[in-house]
Amino acid sequence: MIPAVLVLEDGRTFRGEAYGAVGETFGEAVFNTGMTGYQETLTDPSYHRQVVVMTAPHIGNTGVNDEDPESGRIWVSGYVVRDASRVASSWRSRRSLADELAAQDVIGISGIDTRALTRHLRERGAMRVGIFSGDAIGDGLVDRVLASPGMEGSDLAKEVSTDTAYVVPAKGDKRFTVAAMDLGLKRATPWHMSRAGCEVHVLPATATAADLLSVGPDGVFFSNGPGDPATADYAVDAMRGVLDAGKPVFGICFGNQILGRALGLGTYKLRYGHRGVNQPVQELATGRVHVTSHNHGFAVDAPADGTAIATPYGDVQVSHIDLNDNVVEGLKCLQSRAFSVQYHPEAAPGPHDATGLFAQFAQLMEA
Amino acid sequence: MPRRSDLHHVLVIGSGPILIGQAAEFDYSGTQACRVLRAEGLRVTLINSNPATIMTDPEFADATYIEPITPEFVAKVIAKERPDALLATLGGQTALNTAMALHEQGILEQYGVELIGADIDAINAGEDRMRFKEIVASIGAESARSAICHSMDEILAAVEDLGYPVVVRPSFTMGGSGSGVAHNEEQLHRIAGGGLLASPTTEVLLEESILGWKEYELELMRDKADNVVVICSIENLDPMGVHTGDSVTVAPAMTLTDREYQKLRDISIDVIRAVGVDTGGCNIQFAVNPADGRIVVIEMNPRVSRSSALASKATGFPIAKIAAKLPSATRSTRSPTTSPARRLRASSRASTTSS
Repeated sequence: MIPAVLVLEDGRTFRGEAYGAVGETFGEAVFNTGMTGYQETLTDPSYHRQVVVMTAPHIGNTGVNDEDPESGRIWVSGYVVRDASRVASSWRSRRSLADELAAQDVIGISGIDTRALTRHLRERGAMRVGIFSGDAIGDGLVDRVLASPGMEGSDLAKEVSTDTAYVVPAKGDKRFTVAAMDLGLKRATPWHMSRAGCEVHVLPATATAADLLSVGPDGVFFSNGPGDPATADYAVDAMRGVLDAGKPVFGICFGNQILGRALGLGTYKLRYGHRGVNQPVQELATGRVHVTSHNHGFAVDAPADGTAIATPYGDVQVSHIDLNDNVVEGLKCLQSRAFSVQYHPEAAPGPHDATGLFAQFAQLMEA
Repeated sequence: MPRRSDLHHVLVIGSGPILIGQAAEFDYSGTQACRVLRAEGLRVTLINSNPATIMTDPEFADATYIEPITPEFVAKVIAKERPDALLATLGGQTALNTAMALHEQGILEQYGVELIGADIDAINAGEDRMRFKEIVASIGAESARSAICHSMDEILAAVEDLGYPVVVRPSFTMGGSGSGVAHNEEQLHRIAGGGLLASPTTEVLLEESILGWKEYELELMRDKADNVVVICSIENLDPMGVHTGDSVTVAPAMTLTDREYQKLRDISIDVIRAVGVDTGGCNIQFAVNPADGRIVVIEMNPRVSRSSALASKATGFPIAKIAAKLPSATRSTRSPTTSPARRLRASSRASTTSS
């Protein structure tokens, strides 16, 4: 057993043992309440520079397979679990999670009271954290955590985006061409669009409106991604260019915040965010509730009662809210053909309640 | 939850003596039901043959009848009390069977009593194995493969497809006599041959064996607006073949990847919709082949079940309470209001940036 210690920026520490790679790592401490889907969570680019604490007490039970990753690598900067499973029980398992973390150089800690840590983060809010194991344990750990960068003001989408453009072909007959801005795209998203008959041209986060429009799209998509939406002026500019061109727009998560900003709305940091697979989201127009997958630390600032707000692109209203805390979970433009959601209809991990939104995007492109 | 204005008086069928099918957990759920319905301003009449239950304490119902839970006695209570509705989904299988009998005898119709919680069709669909299999197939899921055979030739042909071991169940025999598991042709000849003889219709059901598969349950609830939630998943640590009642169970399920869990969730939601449990809870059981992940739907209970108590305690979600409340409610979701979270948000607005 190699000792490890987790140190929060406010000085609270938890002692456990090294899990995965050994050394030191920093990030924003956030907790995820999903009982399933750790592989998808680890490989979600939106977790870049975050140390993820799993509230599910037993992690690694189904090992690691080759089908479930949502991107080419693990993105979390650190991983915190209570009880790391020593055996895997799944017909698809190829190797253990501990081995996979070590192979990808991801530093984790196990054997700590994740419940106490989660309560602490709920009370004090997400904050910087460091994990130190083996020889990295020494003096001045809190100072080292305080010297690491925070999440607010961090522009991270370009760090996780694809370097080169690529195309995901439509499954079956091609009905639409979609330009997708990769701000931290998960694999499940183009997969769903492909099944809705879209040929998806994925472009890097550096793409301009002109780049997006140059593929001759029927609609433009803005993906999820990490970091503070207030820093992503380039994406906001691209969004405005696309709205000016009158193209249908669909945004997910970060893309929702970018649409909000393009319309002139503000964004703010939530105290501890929504990360999990069982958030109840209500569609205001119908009253229907979907249980949805979430991963966001920031949110759009707009009236949660659905009041229409005038913008340069026509009126916009909040279309969805989270029933736990009334946070804005979706925007709908009333005159422009644009809508977005803060949650993850592509799931992976999470329930499939909201996959109908991809068909809604297709409908918008048909109109 | 706004209440339906046309309901004033509900008859609740309690759990009766503590037996399989009407065990102590149904006192727990029935007590919650009485409490909730009264809190909603409804008159509650209770029938339960077992005075050693919490629910028969005088404060839980407006009128309590300590009478046998049989169609005959419940009919008498209905004739005297004239309730608007009957809630039978919280008293275990006995309560459900009694409600079905009252429906079949026309008593419910005669006195204008509405069965709430699950309707007759939903109960039938859950109880009738062949109909349930059809429903499972109609939503694109699988039941255990099976074949009905009338001769040894048919049996041998069917087993080619089903493989060994195979479960043999003669039709219309008492207490499962003549049934068994055959691991090879010799055993099949013996068991199925005996089964054909034992069956008055010379008929046996052959079913593929799912012994040793992983066993899971999902607890679900649905409201009138078709909102469905999974309260929790449960995994049986002992595999198929060990009765759930004898098995160690854990909530939530421990050895499913998200892909596989979501598949179970999707199937469960399709089943609860297809079966038509409109307002209340249900429990769906699955077997998953540990070798290749194949999913088989085993059965569904359109009522609060033994597992509901575990699911309630494990999650903190009051299943019985909500199951009692849903049938008398018009909808279950609240409308957006200014909540404490709004205030919390305002305080974190210091970090708000505008573009």
